[in-house]
Amino acid sequence: MSQNKLYTVLQERILVLDGAMGTMLQRYKFSEEDFRGERFKDWESPVQGNNDLLTLTQPEAIAAVHAKYFEAGADIVETNTFSGTTIAMADYGMESLVYDLNYESAKIAKSVADKFTASEPHKPRFVAGAMGPTNKTASMSPDVNDPGYRAISFDELRIAYKQQAEALVDGGVDILLVETIFDTLNAKAALFAIEELKEERDIEIPVMVSGTITDASGRTLSGQTAEAFLISIGHMPLLSVGFNCALGAEQLTPYLEIVSGKSDFAISAYPNAGLPNAFGEYDETAEEMASQIKTYLDKQLVNIVGGCCGTTPEHIRAIANLVKDYKPRPLPAFAKREAAL
Amino acid sequence: MINTPEATDNIEFRPLKLSGLEPLIITPESNFVNVGERTNVAGSRKFLRLINEDKFDEALAIAREQVDNGAQIIDVNMDDGLIDGKKAMVTFLNLIAAEPDISRVPIMIDSSKWDIIEAGLQVVQGKCVVNSISLKEGESEFIAHAKKIKRYGAAVVVMAFDEVGQADNYDRRLEITKRSYDILVNKVNFPPEDIIFDLNIFPVATGMDEHKLNAIDFIEATRWVKNNLPYASVSGGVSNVSFSFRGNDTVREAMHSVFLYHAIKAGMNIGIVNPSMLEIYDDIPKELLTHVEDVILNRRDDATERLLDFAESVKGTSKEKVVDLAWREEPLQNRITRALVKGIDAYILEDIEEARLASEKPLHVIEGHLMTGMNVVGDLFGSGKMFLPQVVKSARVMKKAVAYLLPYIEEEKLKNPPPADEKAKSNLVLMATVKGDVHDIGKNIVSVVLACNNYEIIDMGVMVPPEKIIATAKERNVDIIGLSGLITPSLDEMVFLAKEMKRQNFTVPLLIGGATTSKAHTAVKIDPEYPEAVVHVNDASRAVTVVGDLLNPESRLKYKSDIKEDYALFRTRFLTRGKKRDFLSIEQARANKWKLNWENFEAYTPNELGIQVVEEFDLNKLVDYIDWSPFFRSWDLHGKYPEILDDEVVGAQAQELFADAKKILEKILSEKLLTAKAVFGLFKANTVNDDDIEIVTSNLSGEQHEFIFRTLRQQSKKASGKPNIALSDFIAPKETGKQDYMGCFCVTAGFGTQELAAKYEAEHDDYNSIMVKALADRFAEAFAEYLHKEVRTKHWGYASEEALSNAELIKEQYKGIRPAPGYPACPDHLEKLTIWDVLDVHKNIGVELTESLAMWPAASVSGYYFANPEARYFGLGKIKMDQVKDFAERKNIEVRMAEKWLNPNISDD
Repeated sequence: MSQNKLYTVLQERILVLDGAMGTMLQRYKFSEEDFRGERFKDWESPVQGNNDLLTLTQPEAIAAVHAKYFEAGADIVETNTFSGTTIAMADYGMESLVYDLNYESAKIAKSVADKFTASEPHKPRFVAGAMGPTNKTASMSPDVNDPGYRAISFDELRIAYKQQAEALVDGGVDILLVETIFDTLNAKAALFAIEELKEERDIEIPVMVSGTITDASGRTLSGQTAEAFLISIGHMPLLSVGFNCALGAEQLTPYLEIVSGKSDFAISAYPNAGLPNAFGEYDETAEEMASQIKTYLDKQLVNIVGGCCGTTPEHIRAIANLVKDYKPRPLPAFAKREAAL
Repeated sequence: MINTPEATDNIEFRPLKLSGLEPLIITPESNFVNVGERTNVAGSRKFLRLINEDKFDEALAIAREQVDNGAQIIDVNMDDGLIDGKKAMVTFLNLIAAEPDISRVPIMIDSSKWDIIEAGLQVVQGKCVVNSISLKEGESEFIAHAKKIKRYGAAVVVMAFDEVGQADNYDRRLEITKRSYDILVNKVNFPPEDIIFDLNIFPVATGMDEHKLNAIDFIEATRWVKNNLPYASVSGGVSNVSFSFRGNDTVREAMHSVFLYHAIKAGMNIGIVNPSMLEIYDDIPKELLTHVEDVILNRRDDATERLLDFAESVKGTSKEKVVDLAWREEPLQNRITRALVKGIDAYILEDIEEARLASEKPLHVIEGHLMTGMNVVGDLFGSGKMFLPQVVKSARVMKKAVAYLLPYIEEEKLKNPPPADEKAKSNLVLMATVKGDVHDIGKNIVSVVLACNNYEIIDMGVMVPPEKIIATAKERNVDIIGLSGLITPSLDEMVFLAKEMKRQNFTVPLLIGGATTSKAHTAVKIDPEYPEAVVHVNDASRAVTVVGDLLNPESRLKYKSDIKEDYALFRTRFLTRGKKRDFLSIEQARANKWKLNWENFEAYTPNELGIQVVEEFDLNKLVDYIDWSPFFRSWDLHGKYPEILDDEVVGAQAQELFADAKKILEKILSEKLLTAKAVFGLFKANTVNDDDIEIVTSNLSGEQHEFIFRTLRQQSKKASGKPNIALSDFIAPKETGKQDYMGCFCVTAGFGTQELAAKYEAEHDDYNSIMVKALADRFAEAFAEYLHKEVRTKHWGYASEEALSNAELIKEQYKGIRPAPGYPACPDHLEKLTIWDVLDVHKNIGVELTESLAMWPAASVSGYYFANPEARYFGLGKIKMDQVKDFAERKNIEVRMAEKWLNPNISDD
């Protein structure tokens, strides 16, 4: 089973996660018509910018991006489903497409992964089903004048995440990745949904959790410290926990040190390509980023590394070249788990 | 500290880990963890009352106080027959989530009802504790709940309770805890470190033999649990143990301490204890200690009787408070600090003189003695232990002291001119109320508070033109600029200034504040115009930290980028939300206007048509009409009058402020320091062309003049059956053929304010200067209320039967309305010009309009009178450009001009 293989591989080497999907898709400069494709040519609202939709309308492009990251040395790619919940899709009135979007995204990524695994059996490739934060927060009010108000409830999130997780699992993902968490309560709803799914289907599926530290105060947007965040999501047997987005590799180091020192799970990190410049662009080169990630490796802080906003196959290649010479962070709890199985 | 690194780094050890915004890790080395229990409706009468009355703000203050006082977890319980517990739990926890000072600690969700517990679990991001579950209703429910709790990621308190009943002896405690533990760990796979047993603390010394072992059984059972059920914690509510000594706090406090001393030694690590009901174990008098330990540990058969006898002798030794001036005997610095903290100016000059004589240079008194004291004030204010009015009083003492020292400092400078590089430059803050706006209470408060914190303030006053702000900022090389405004046109002034600052390459941060400003407007309209830091600060207490962060050389870049990022995010969210809001065209909106039944309508003809002027109205008559709640709000004390005077948190402060206000009020009344005037008129009126109201006035010589009020109509799409209202809907349309009427007015209580405030300012007394302005505002509002009543009952007379109390008036329970231009029903200020024409306001009572159409003096109110019983207050909301163009056409002004004035109400979509 590829899932148990993950636990074994993680004890042997550092795994590389892919880089940004959005940055790569921007290069295609898809127009409104391209986003719509044939299937949605009469859709009532504009859809340009709905990157998840490209899974259905430009599947070749999605597959090509996955392939580029695998070629660059990634072990794991994320499905193109960052906004694949009814909550996020409501912006486009596309709630009813959630199953298709997730199922097809998983299928596309999985078939690319399988091709690479077949040609390089010594380096199995995996697919992580990306579950983004949605555009609403369960523990913060969007209305400054009404701090008790909530735009979304735990149950609404739980139901939406469950739909997404079901479709991703049906599509064949190896991992579920709850990511870019800026409100821990949203993540808890996702984890709750995943537990329900596991119980109902009597399946096991590895889960990665990745939070976002929004600034140098070292806290999530919802105000938790890195350690409080770790404690709040530590009730599930996770594959990994870590951080992504918002900060560059260097700024992320202190928070990785905190979770790395306090968790039995594998540790993941996929920072942005530095901080955005004045025009909101990320201009850290692959070499610069890799040199910062080297600190993680020297300190044995991580088991999974990759890139978030602004990273490209070049960044991933540089990271992959770097990590192959390093030992992963030790995972005694995984060894025990294997012994027990 | 709670955890030692050795303990947490050891993977084999399993501490209980909880989290709010910050972690709480409980290891065997941890001190006893105290759970705050004042936010429990079952335990606190006051909390119950606040929740019952929906006073969640005050309820939050209780939670905050507990955390401030050291509670490491807070217990929240809403189990009361008269409360919707689920709703109250969710509301309260959501509000706590918005208060980082409170939500930094983990929450204990306390209820006997599962649906309340689950609702609570769904709104807390951190790892909380559920209090509690038990085997009371059988194993299957126990398992189901435990499984859910685990899935929500919470720890759990398990009561020693089963199908048979509550464990009340040693053996039963063991039996139930063992069984509960095994089910949880083996069947539910519940992490054992997340289990907390409540072993039931029962009273001792009740006089009943079967209660003798209550304490010792608990203690011994605790020891057993810690030795036999790995990683589990033990908790309990301690005050129960001393239940039989209610009324004798000395004995109770000793009992709690003794009980805890032994229970903690046995392994109890969490508990609910009122810290003020604890004596320090070592401080318990020897004899009392012996008697109490005899009871707790059941060491003698006659322990209870002996303690009861002894208790009589220690009753009623409570401490009494005496008013004393002992502080005057203390060292100089203590006296100065105390004078500043307490705002006492009676002795400050003699103390300062003493300090001056003892100091090498007079400046050292400011930098040393006074700053030391003000730092204490700053710390207390920053930690919420002092309130705004107190700080302003502190500033008054400070200013007096500085004024006393200034001549000496000047003299010193002449004698020994300091070398240029030694002139330490304190940070300069420029404060101004923008062009066209005259409101400055908030700005003055912020200025004073900043001045208290060692910033030098350049206060440019009110109605300051942008070029003057820019010039002064350059000339004085200020470090920060603060803009304030209360009326909506000021918002555009601020945007203009931000653009101008950018054009002139300013780099200093810009602060935005005042009643109409908002984070939304700042983020969406001002921030994008100025590349440097722009921060919306609407309360004085935040101003200090914000300015500190903006000017601190180490943090300012980071703070700026954080705030920019925050505003950018806010802007995106703001601009993307509600995009689907639907609007009607102005024609459609008119078609859906509010159609009153004019057929059977007969207007009440005013008793006195025409214009009347009230000169020098007696202010004494207005005192009863004052609505005091906004007065407290202007001092950042939130709550309703009169309840605010008894508020647990701000009550004392509110009473003091109120007493000070009464003093100034008396002075104003007895010395006739303010002058109140009014002009009002009642006229024939009819609605024409849907949205315009035509009125006819006649002067003394019978000459008739026509005027037209232009109203604005709601344009957002309504639920079916709901009209799109404009004020014109309340007046009979001309085509009905029915004669209708309306009125308009302007009242002021502002003449004299400026002079009186200036007098206090000259005495370095900002406190009373602000007080005078706040009171003048209250008088103006009271006058508007009073005059409206006179109009309803006499001059117009349509409500001559009316008999409403002041409270009912404030609640607007009267018939008819008096909407004011610039407020929600008619947000355009332009119509004030028409009122000024109609009533000849300036000539009649001297109130002027500034270029932004603010009234001067500021303590003035103007508006319309509508008498129709159906007339009600409403908010215009957002309108579309088609109405703006239509409005411009009707008023015969340029569209650009209309757009400028209506800008805050024009929809961005």
